[in-house]
Order: sequence, then structure tokens, then C-alpha cells
Amino acid sequence: MTSNEEGRGQSLDDIFGDFAELELENVTIQVDELKLALRPMVQQLAQAAAKAAIEMPKSLIPAQLKAPLGEYPGVIREITIGATKKEGGSRSNTVTIGGHTAPAWDLFQSPPKNPPVIAADVFDMPIPLAKAVKTHYREVLEDPAEWAKLCVDKFGADVITIHLISTDRQLGDTSPAAAAKTIEEVLQAVKVPILIGSAGDPEKDGPVLAKAAEVCEGERTLLCSATIDIYEPIAVAAKEHDQIVLSWTSLDINDQKELNRRLIEWVTPDQIVIDPTTAALGYGLEYAFTMMQRMRLAGLLGDSELQYPISSGTTNAWAAREAWLKAPELGPRELRGPIWESVTALSLLLAGNDLFMMMHPAAMKTVHDLIEWLRERRPIPVEEYADWTTIDIPEGA
Amino acid sequence: MGKLPGPLDIYPLLPGTNCEECGEANCMAFATKLAEYTVKLTACAPLYREAKYVKKLINLEDLIRPPVREVVIGTGEKAASIGGKLVLYRHDLRYSNPIAFFVDVADTLEGDALSQRVKAIEDWTYMYIGQNLRLDGIALRGVSQDPQTFAKAAKKLSSLTDWPIILCSLNPEMLAAAAKAIADKRPLLYAATLDTWSDAGEIAVKHNLPLVAYAPSGLDNLASLVNTLRAMGVEELVLDPGTASRTGLGTTVDNFTQLRRAATIGENELVGYPLLATPISVWADHKEGAAPELTKWDEVLTAASMIVRYSDAVVVHSLDMWTNLPLTFLRSNLYTDPVKPVAVEAGLQEFGDVDADSPVMYTTNFALTYFTVESDIKQAGVNAYLLVVDTEGMSVQSAVAGRRLTAEKVAEALEEYKVSEKVKHKILISPGMAARISGETEEVSGWAVKVGPQDSSGIPKYLQMGKWNEE
Repeated sequence: MTSNEEGRGQSLDDIFGDFAELELENVTIQVDELKLALRPMVQQLAQAAAKAAIEMPKSLIPAQLKAPLGEYPGVIREITIGATKKEGGSRSNTVTIGGHTAPAWDLFQSPPKNPPVIAADVFDMPIPLAKAVKTHYREVLEDPAEWAKLCVDKFGADVITIHLISTDRQLGDTSPAAAAKTIEEVLQAVKVPILIGSAGDPEKDGPVLAKAAEVCEGERTLLCSATIDIYEPIAVAAKEHDQIVLSWTSLDINDQKELNRRLIEWVTPDQIVIDPTTAALGYGLEYAFTMMQRMRLAGLLGDSELQYPISSGTTNAWAAREAWLKAPELGPRELRGPIWESVTALSLLLAGNDLFMMMHPAAMKTVHDLIEWLRERRPIPVEEYADWTTIDIPEGA
Repeated sequence: MGKLPGPLDIYPLLPGTNCEECGEANCMAFATKLAEYTVKLTACAPLYREAKYVKKLINLEDLIRPPVREVVIGTGEKAASIGGKLVLYRHDLRYSNPIAFFVDVADTLEGDALSQRVKAIEDWTYMYIGQNLRLDGIALRGVSQDPQTFAKAAKKLSSLTDWPIILCSLNPEMLAAAAKAIADKRPLLYAATLDTWSDAGEIAVKHNLPLVAYAPSGLDNLASLVNTLRAMGVEELVLDPGTASRTGLGTTVDNFTQLRRAATIGENELVGYPLLATPISVWADHKEGAAPELTKWDEVLTAASMIVRYSDAVVVHSLDMWTNLPLTFLRSNLYTDPVKPVAVEAGLQEFGDVDADSPVMYTTNFALTYFTVESDIKQAGVNAYLLVVDTEGMSVQSAVAGRRLTAEKVAEALEEYKVSEKVKHKILISPGMAARISGETEEVSGWAVKVGPQDSSGIPKYLQMGKWNEE
């Protein structure tokens, strides 16, 4: 070194700090230069030192990846929907959701206790539907029983949700008794468990769901939904007739906890499923995704107010105009719509959702497939990973 | 959540002079922002300028290095920064560096076919709430399996585009030829394997290029490969544990999750590198003569899974709107800063040159609803008032169902924002989704309510028809 270090008031040790151990004998540095180009200099020195040390490995240097296990003291409750004859109902089978002890699909930790299920939406009156959806239901729009049958027999729905929207004062104002008749017809038509959806009319929802709980005595149905505004009549009916309540809030974890607390004054924790609201891909999906993920993690980490299976109104995916807009430049809407519903469902599936309320048959099939595929963790033979860098892909595809 | 440094860890390593050169009031304020990763360390000029801070600087760089390192592919404005991830879950902070979408080009494409494909990739775009969604880069595949052809195609490609490039071949001779041809473009090399690490690693070191470590035979093997490449001096790595679709999807999601979880929560720096997924692999199962739509469908599902589960870059083949719209939307959604509020401020917004005859519409203050309506009105270029009603951040449909949007609320908003002082008519256009409260709204507010379109994309046409102010 040729410079006057004392004059500069600092030593090389000050300057290089941790790099003082570097070999500097063969390097000549002017301190002025050094100051100007200090960062690159230090980096170069470090690199030079590192490179000098490199010896070509003769063989692979083994390392291991320890499975990054988490600690989850909480367990998500297991909720069974539907009841067979033996259990006091009339269904041929029941479905059970929840029961998880790890974040969704972290298979290295533990596989999902119960795979998610799909409920097909059925309405008690014709409603406006996107064309790509309507095509599949045109024949049954006037007949909820036939509609339900189609969903089970042809589209493979695990359960049916019968939405009693005609009870809405604006949409027909049909009576709770008429709704009860529709429910009975659907119960006759299909043997899978059924869920009951109300119209979202603040005056009618209470009496309609109470009546539904009564006619479904023994069936262990899910009453959709109790909200922070209207929950008491629904909770009372669920208690009296041993039904399950869907606790529905709007993307707010505190509201969700609050509503669950209130419901617990009537029902047991084994009678609650939660729905933090599903927003469509592109139109708020991230809020729904994060809300579900946070609720599930909170439950697993021990928050007993959030240890419930989660439900999603996945049909909301169709609120995205990209799903249904007649716009040839965006590609065929026969594909665009169902892929929109499928991708919305897929992201929520990975966030931990347990019950999907859906409509498009292709989307329902896709989510069933995804659930099967995601459940499996196996050593895949290396030959199964094709060399995609060399494959021929047909032109125009 | 793994340990990210706090302001108090950072502060002692800053100069502590409160010089304000960074734009913050003092070093503590800068430390707080560094801890939130909302400022770059380079904003602290003295750290880099003054020799006496070198030790601090080195320690600081070490301290704030993201658990997933950042790798830059390409050069210039179009360069893609991938990785740099700080957290496992977006709600823990946010996801940085949106996933880069690379679309493939075969090296056997010649002349116009090549340039057309490149142009199609560059031109793919869609306007989504005020931003242009786009793809990010090009993956050149060595289909020819001939090093000269591959190198030639790389050269051609780099003259056609300034987008980042991945050179894709498992044959090191191919990589050597193409890397030599376009090393100055900083392509990402795909890939080094358990068999080729020595040759592939050497090419990366020689040209100082980022390199993918590809080991589908298990995560221990991948870790060994990384360990070995690092020992060779390869510093910029991207990891590929293999992408299997359909019945392999569970394993793939599991592998990606383990790697990312180990890097962030497990603080395992050996795997703290960006992850690459290759949904394009689905095309290996494509049967000749079969409908390509089915394979594309699988590609979308695989890509969507890997967008949610921790990939930092993906290679896809499909270039359709119906395949890539949901994927770019999904990326955009998940990479939105989660602290971004759900609600915008309520009030009366004006668009264009409004006057006393301009139409008045209303909507809710859910951010997504508002921005969608806003973008539709702007694109239509109409003059209109938009009354934003406070629905506690709920969309129209949910707010009506959840009683957050009621006749009373609409009437209150009309009153509060003094709409009647702005226009000389008393006609309010309601969202189609709020039709059921229109009668009540008329009663409570005294305004005539006209029900507008179900979706705000219908606003321009609706206003154009002029029916809103007919008796």
C-alpha cells in the first residue's frame, strides 16, 4: 500500500471491516480511487477471493431439504351435512367437510382430512344466467326438482343448494309454505344432501329458513345464510331442528368472529360453516383468498372462533364481465366463462375452501378433478417429466 | 412468518447522522421504511459514498437480503426481476416482483413464423382497471437439438426483441452455443441437471449468467444440485423441482410449497432462490389430432396452481386471450398490496365537462366496483356525475343483500354531497344490481330513479340511448 493512511484518518480495517482477511498483497490501491470506487472494489475483491477459492467439485455435493413442518395446535371442526335413514333423515349418503390439522394441501404436513365438496346451485324460479351457463339448464329452469336431478345425475354434484329466491318480496313474494313444497320436491328428486339458500330479503329470510329447517327435520341441512343483521331466527330454527347454519360475513375477520360468537348462543360449534364472501377473479378475488387463508391459519393456530369449514359462493365468478361478455376478441365465451369459474375455485381451493357452490358443469368437473389430483403426493418417476424443451407442439395450437 | 429485520435491527447499521439525503426526516424513519421494504437501501447515499461505512453497508446488505433472492433476467427496461420474496403469505406483508410469464418459441421456427410469434407475444395485452396486463418474456426452446440452429435462433430472437429470454435446452452443448451468441442480453439458462451440472455450471460462470437448477427427482437432489452449483461459483440460481400436471399436480404443489416455506419460514438459505414452473409441460401429453383446447385448459389449471403456489416465473405455450386473461388477472390480484383498502372514499365524482344537465349515477365504495365503473366511464368519455355511496366497502350485489346499500343510505348520500345543487334535474341512475331498492329510494329521496345496466360496461350505451332523462 502506498498511501498515507494516517492522513486519511482511517485504517484498512475500518474500511474493509469483515474483509480484512482478504489477501491484498498483490493489489495496489490509491486511497482516492478506493474512496471513489469503493463498492465495486469491495465486490471485486470479494469475488476474486471467492473465485480463487473455487475448486471444481468432482461430484455432487450432497445436501438435504428437511420438510419445513409447522406447528398447528388447532383443529378445524368436522361438519357432516345430510343424514341417512339410519341417522333419521332420508339421504342415501352424507358429506363431511373440515377436520383439517394443517394448511390446505400442505401434503408434507398432513393431507386434508376430508376433501372439499361441490354443491350445485338450483333456483326455484328462472333467473337471468350467462349464456354459457344457461345452455346447460335451459330445459329445467322451470322445474327445480328436475334441475337438481340433472346436476346430480349428469354433472356429478355432491350436494344440491336450492335457492328460494322467489320468496323475495321483489321477485314473487312466494310464501314459506310454498318454499317448503319446493324443498320437499327436491328432497324427493335427489338422494344427496341438500342445502337451503334464502333470497337475501331481510324480512323474508327468517321465516323462510325457519320453515325450511322444519320441513328438513332430521335431514341435517345447511341453512344459508345467517348474517350479522339477521341471524337470530335462523339460529333458533337450526337449534330447534338440529340443522347447520352458514355464517356469512363480508370480507371481515372480526365480523366473522362476532357472528360466530352470537350463533354459539343457540347452536353448538358442530352446527356452523363459515363464508367470508367470494369475489370473482379480477374483481376482488384477492380479498376473498386472503380472508380464507387468514381465517384457516388463525383456526389452525388455535383461534376457536375460526375453527370451522369454509364455504364459497363460487358462482359469483360470473360477476366478472370477462366471464360472459360477448367479445370474440377475448375468445369463445363457452371456454372463458367456465375457466373463469374454475380458476376462481382453484385459488380458493388452495386457500382452504371446503364447500364450493357452483354452476357451470365444466367448472364443477374441473374442480372435482383438481381435488383428486391435489390429494395425491407420490414419488413421480423421472421419466414422467417430459423434456418440454424439445417436444413438438402442433402449429397453430 | 420468518424473521424479517425490524427497524431496531437496521438502525444501528445506518450512518445515524439524520442527513435527510434519502428524503426521510431521520435515520430512524428510513430504518422503518427499510423494514417495510418500501425504500431501497441505495437511497442512503452516504453509505455508498463514504468509506467508513463499508462494514455497516456489508452487514446491512446481508441483514435485509430477502429470504428469496432476486434474480434479474435480460437487460434494460424490459428486464424481468424475479424472486425477491419476503414472505410466504401475502397477508404477512405483500408479494414483490409479480410472476414473470415467459411464452415459448421453438428454435425450428424460421423467418416470418418466428417474428410473428414474437410479435404476438409482445402484443398480447388487456386493459384491466387502468393498467395494461402484459406477458414478460420469451422462452426459446431447443427443439432442433442442434447447437448451431439454437444459437442462430437465439441471435435472431435477440435482434427481434428486447424482452428477456430464457434459453431452454437440457443439452449443455446447445446452451454453450446460444449463451455465447447472446450473453450480453443476460438470458436465463435452462437448465443444469444432476447429469449436466458440471458443463452447464461452467457456462453460467463463464458468461456470468443466471442458471436454472432442474431436478425433478426429489427435493434432496435439488438441494444437492444447488449446493454443487454454488460451490462452482454460480451465484444467480433459479430452482425448478419439476412441473407435473393432472395426477402429478399434488406433488408439484407440495414441492413448490416446501421449497418456499423452507426459504421463508424455515430460513433455509440454500433454497432461497426464485422458483420456475413449466406449465408448458402439459403439451407433452397432447395427442396428435386432439382438440388443443383441452390441453390449453390443463395448462391454465397448472399455471394457476403455480401462480398461487409460489412460482416466480412460469413458462407457458398458450397465447390465447381466454387462457392468459385468467392467469394475468390472478397474478394481478395476488400481487396487489394487501394493505390497499377495500373501500374508496364516498362522495361525488365528476367526469368530463359536467354541467347542470349531466346525468347522475351512483355506485358503492368497494374499491374494485368503483375502479371498474370509473374506468368504464372514462373510456366512454362521457360527462357525468358519479355518487359514491358508503357501503363499507361492499360491492353492489353484496351490499344490497347485506343491507349495506339501502334507500336510506342513497338518500343520505344525495343529501350529504349536495347533488341537487349541482344539477337541475332530479334523476338518479341506479346500478342494475340495485334494482330492487329503486322504488324505495324514490320514496325516501324524492328523486326519480332509473335503473341502469347490470354491468358498468353497459354505461356508455345506456347514456347514449338517452332514455335516462325521458319522462
